[in-house]
Amino acid sequence: MENYSTILALLNLFLPLLSFVILIFFGKKIGNSAHWVALTLIGSSLGIAVSFFANVFVDTGGPILETSVPWFSTGSFSVNLGFLINNEAAIMLLVVALISFLVHFYSVAYMKGDPRYSRYFAYLGIFTFSMNGIVLADNLLMMYIFWELVGLSSYLLIGFWFEKESAADACKKAFLTNRVGDIGMFIGIMILFLSIGTFQINGLIDGVHNGAFAGNMGLLTIAGILVFMGAVGKSAQFPLHIWLPDAMEGPTPVSALIHAATMVAAGVYMLVRIFPILTPGALEFIAVVGGITAIMAAIIAITQNDIKRVLAYSTVSQLGYMIMALGVGAYQAGFFHLTTHAMFKACLFLCSGSVIHAMHHALHELKDHDTDPQDMRNMGGLRDKMPITFWTMLIATLAISGVPFFSGFLSKDAILAGTLSYYHLHHGWTLFLPIAGFGAAVITAFYMFRLIFLTFFGKPANDKVYAHIHESPIQMTFPLILLAGLSFALFFTLPLSVNPIDNHGWFTEAVPMIENAAGLDMHVVEEGIHHAHYTAMGISLMVAAIGIFLAVLFYLLRKVDAAKVAGMANKLKLYNLSFNKFYIDEIYNIIIYKPFLALSWLCSKLDWDIYDQKFIDGWGWLTIKLSDKSGEVDYNWLDQKVVDGFGKITQYFGKTLQSTQNGVVQNYLLGGMLGVLLLIILIQQF
Amino acid sequence: MESSILTLLIFVPVAGAVLMLFFAMLYGKENAHYYKWIAAITTGIQLVLAGILYLNFDPALSITESPFTVQLNWITHFNIQYFLGVDGLSIPMVLLTALLSFICIISSWKIEKQALGYFSLFLLLDAGMMGVFLSMDFFLFYIFWEVMLLPMYFLIGIWGGPQRMYAAIKFFLYTLFGSVFMLLALLALYYYSDPHTFSLITLIQTVGSIDATLWGLSVKYLIWMALFIGFAIKVPIVPFHTWLPLAHVEAPTAVSVILAGVLLKMGTYGFLRISYPLLPGEMVNFAYILAVLGVINIIWGATNAIAQIDLKKMVAYSSVSHMGYVLLGIAAAISDSPAGAQAGMNGALMQMFNHGTITAMLFLLVGMLYDRTHHRWIVFPNDYEKPELAGQQGFGGLGAKVPVYTGFVAFAFFAGLGLPALSGFISEAMCFIGGFSVFRTLTIIATLGILLNAIYFLRAYQRIFLGPLNETYKDLPDITHRELFTIIPLAALILFFGVYPAPLLDMISPAMDGIIKIVQSVI
Amino acid sequence: MDSLQSYLIIAAILFSMGIYGVITRKNAVAILMGIELILNSANINFIAFNRFGGMENLDGHVFSIFVIVLAAAEAAVALAIVINLFKNIGSVDVDDADLLQG
Repeated sequence: MENYSTILALLNLFLPLLSFVILIFFGKKIGNSAHWVALTLIGSSLGIAVSFFANVFVDTGGPILETSVPWFSTGSFSVNLGFLINNEAAIMLLVVALISFLVHFYSVAYMKGDPRYSRYFAYLGIFTFSMNGIVLADNLLMMYIFWELVGLSSYLLIGFWFEKESAADACKKAFLTNRVGDIGMFIGIMILFLSIGTFQINGLIDGVHNGAFAGNMGLLTIAGILVFMGAVGKSAQFPLHIWLPDAMEGPTPVSALIHAATMVAAGVYMLVRIFPILTPGALEFIAVVGGITAIMAAIIAITQNDIKRVLAYSTVSQLGYMIMALGVGAYQAGFFHLTTHAMFKACLFLCSGSVIHAMHHALHELKDHDTDPQDMRNMGGLRDKMPITFWTMLIATLAISGVPFFSGFLSKDAILAGTLSYYHLHHGWTLFLPIAGFGAAVITAFYMFRLIFLTFFGKPANDKVYAHIHESPIQMTFPLILLAGLSFALFFTLPLSVNPIDNHGWFTEAVPMIENAAGLDMHVVEEGIHHAHYTAMGISLMVAAIGIFLAVLFYLLRKVDAAKVAGMANKLKLYNLSFNKFYIDEIYNIIIYKPFLALSWLCSKLDWDIYDQKFIDGWGWLTIKLSDKSGEVDYNWLDQKVVDGFGKITQYFGKTLQSTQNGVVQNYLLGGMLGVLLLIILIQQF
Repeated sequence: MESSILTLLIFVPVAGAVLMLFFAMLYGKENAHYYKWIAAITTGIQLVLAGILYLNFDPALSITESPFTVQLNWITHFNIQYFLGVDGLSIPMVLLTALLSFICIISSWKIEKQALGYFSLFLLLDAGMMGVFLSMDFFLFYIFWEVMLLPMYFLIGIWGGPQRMYAAIKFFLYTLFGSVFMLLALLALYYYSDPHTFSLITLIQTVGSIDATLWGLSVKYLIWMALFIGFAIKVPIVPFHTWLPLAHVEAPTAVSVILAGVLLKMGTYGFLRISYPLLPGEMVNFAYILAVLGVINIIWGATNAIAQIDLKKMVAYSSVSHMGYVLLGIAAAISDSPAGAQAGMNGALMQMFNHGTITAMLFLLVGMLYDRTHHRWIVFPNDYEKPELAGQQGFGGLGAKVPVYTGFVAFAFFAGLGLPALSGFISEAMCFIGGFSVFRTLTIIATLGILLNAIYFLRAYQRIFLGPLNETYKDLPDITHRELFTIIPLAALILFFGVYPAPLLDMISPAMDGIIKIVQSVI
Repeated sequence: MDSLQSYLIIAAILFSMGIYGVITRKNAVAILMGIELILNSANINFIAFNRFGGMENLDGHVFSIFVIVLAAAEAAVALAIVINLFKNIGSVDVDDADLLQG
């Protein structure tokens, strides 16, 4: 049984990779039937995910699968690879496989005729592979590996239409921003590994439980925050959220799969996995980051005109919710929202893809290349032309706005209860969290209905374009219908409850509250959430109603002129602030990116033009100068003066004495005699 | 057979070079075809020998126990021996050298200019490198170390780019400067040890008892410093690194591959083979500085790489950055956590091997681009010879035109920036983990390298391959079969060791344990 | 008067006269004569040392006879040189034979 499950898990992981390999190497030959390969393999993977998911309903008292094999070892330093499928992982596997499959299906029509059609499916394959890896990983290093690999697939998919400069910029930005978070995550993993001696998540939890950080909880808090940095990057939390809106440069189905439903949720999923080792201090930090992200992104979403950007900021905001939920200890609620959000947000993105697809074709037929097919101001009144898209999108919008009977209501409500309870427990500044939560809820309801009204209601902005709009083909609408269906609350509460305002159901059974090993008393948290439940529900119903009402007022009935209000808000530059995304990109550009590039330019000048050319070559120059001088001394003085000097002296004497050699032998003899005499005299002296 | 294989590894290329001279006498110098084939066959034989060595290699055996070890007297009077051996530390380097030499010969197939000289010098270089990694006698080591320099000088100086003479001289003098210090250390070790010996195995026992001083400093410290300078230039450790970008840029492709792939490793190999086992006490005192230098290498190399507009120079600076990881890893040998020390040391050696394959692939790919377009500018410099191009992008949008080539570049770039599942990640991660177990703050600074490396690779990738196609290159041909033949083995190794590093680690870790034990014994 | 000293003085005078002749005379034949004087002064010394030096045998006499024979041979050779000199430069004046002048 164990072996059988392991093989299934391996297949689930590697079938999408097989799709990637086949399509990358034989994509040219397969060409336009690439989707058959991809759909078969991803479909099989989905089947396996369903079989794992079935186990969620069987309470075995332990994880569905836990297995681990040594990867490499150097004696003391060893790393294992393994799978840990518990209920959370099984649910996540299904979410990933399901949405991935639907997106594959949808893309068949959406990407039709693209010159790199097979490559697109290959990239989707490697993404699904990496995402499954994150979900299945039983240790942090393995998770980090797949973490980076989803970064790669995200890079490839955002930059899929790389001929566009903006896409090329966006994919680079996404990868680099994620890497910033990954650095923190890696340092966090190192701290945990060196303190406890394992990468295994369960091992880490046991280690913390057994007091590996006893007396040094501060370090564990830091480690927790650092690992959370990875989630900040991947789940687009403030201050690293900037990449996600730009990532909309990728094909829309990709945005649905990666940048709404699955990959960006990986950060949340990772926190769910390591939740037991997060200290109260780390959780507090996490909650604040989540809260800031939720409210800030929501504010930005109000003023965006690009349909995908609105959804992108909405995603950031919703991810903020999930992170905040985990931060306040509402573990279950955060993961619940992840699941429900995956469904309705994927649906929203695919709907927007359907709209863009229709707009694009209409504009293409009119040979209009200037109008932006994604700008909501160019749409309007599409309701009649695209009924399926409209209805499914409306359902998903109701879900995200937190209207009862829809899934978002349940999960969002649980999160808001968590923040309220957190405030009740801690008081003081923590009031910020419920404010952020409820505030973001109002705004979400408002901008989502703004989107619906601008796109589907009112008068068409351009009649010519409107005339060419058609509903999308069945390959695209089928996933919409399925996902819209899954946005109903019913699917998450069955079979225990059909009560639309009670979130008790298979999900809450499958994902119970767990113990925190790092000092947070989960019973208190659970108690608090339970108490805050009805208050939160009341307020959240009210805020959703306010939001929707305002949107109706502004954009459907047009009782209030939105431009006027914007103008009024702009007296304090509020509109500009939101429209320009709080100028965060610009600030980064000015304080980080540009100075850094200038610094690196300066460094290279310093390194090459000054250090190398002046200092290092200076030694060469000095040596040459010195050798010039020494050569001069050597020749002019030593050689010419000293050595040749001896010769010259000798020559002089030779010249002088030459005259004595007059050839008269008698003179020589005389000299000889005189010499003898001299010798005799000298000898006489001694 | 077993005991002659090391000798053959070194002298087969020499025999090849001699054979070329015979052919030159018989058939004239002009026929490049013969020399290519001789070189390819010789290095091929060498590669097969290395393969045989690998298959029969037992990592558990030390140098003295290994059946491959050859120990013969050479110059008896000075106790100099012909002493060759192989252990876990040298075998990855031997395999790397054999592989890269073969690949480089294949990648040099288009060399027409004085083919005889080029290929024979290349084989000599090959022999020198092999000799360095196999010598267990310091004197022999030194000889091979110097033998390697000369062919390199000519290869850069004759077959290089426009500034080749300057680059060759700079490379030669800079490295020779380091060699001088090494020679001093060599002589000092010989004279101070008792009995006088050059054998690196014997010296491990005898050096410990040296307690002489010179100019008020301990001789051992001076020897360490001299060795350090000698090896630091080769690594190269910032601030001794500036010969590298120039030499890499000016050298022909295959020589850049050898430079970055093998020569840079000799510095760190020297640390591990000579400095560490012989002078563990000095190493322990110096470890912190080594780690600081490693971090400086990582950050400085990467920061400089970001600013480069010449693709090859960028890759050259990336080597500086990547060698920093090795330094950080080997500094971790002093870690009090056994896991940290092992991770650092094994990671460092692995990084040496992995960087050899990754950077070789990068240089080969850059060379292919240069062969087709005759320039390597990511952005044309402001003083470019054609003023209308100055400041313009050099390439752009090639991804749509040459998808296979682009795919391989993306592969190599991602390997370079340490993407998991490619080999660079594991070794870098291990270096970090090792470093972090001792030098927390330093390693945290060093992890910035993860980001910086990604910045320059992705920027370059974007500017060359993404965006709209530059119309100048609308007829650019994609990669050829011969070129594929050179990079596929490297890509396969990068992927294989990224997914399954155990074979490499099992091979090296006993030797690394030995070094760690020596170092730990003096703490 | 029958002492070594007086013989030596005579020999010295004879030697000096010979040297003087060799140095001052320009005529090659006269120089040869000077050389004869020098040789004979040496002969006198040999005989004198043999007579007063307490020697038993006749070593001095033998040497003197050798010298006389040598002088005869030398005179023959030297005269041949002088004749050749005369043939070459047309003079027996040694001042004219300055081919060795530096």
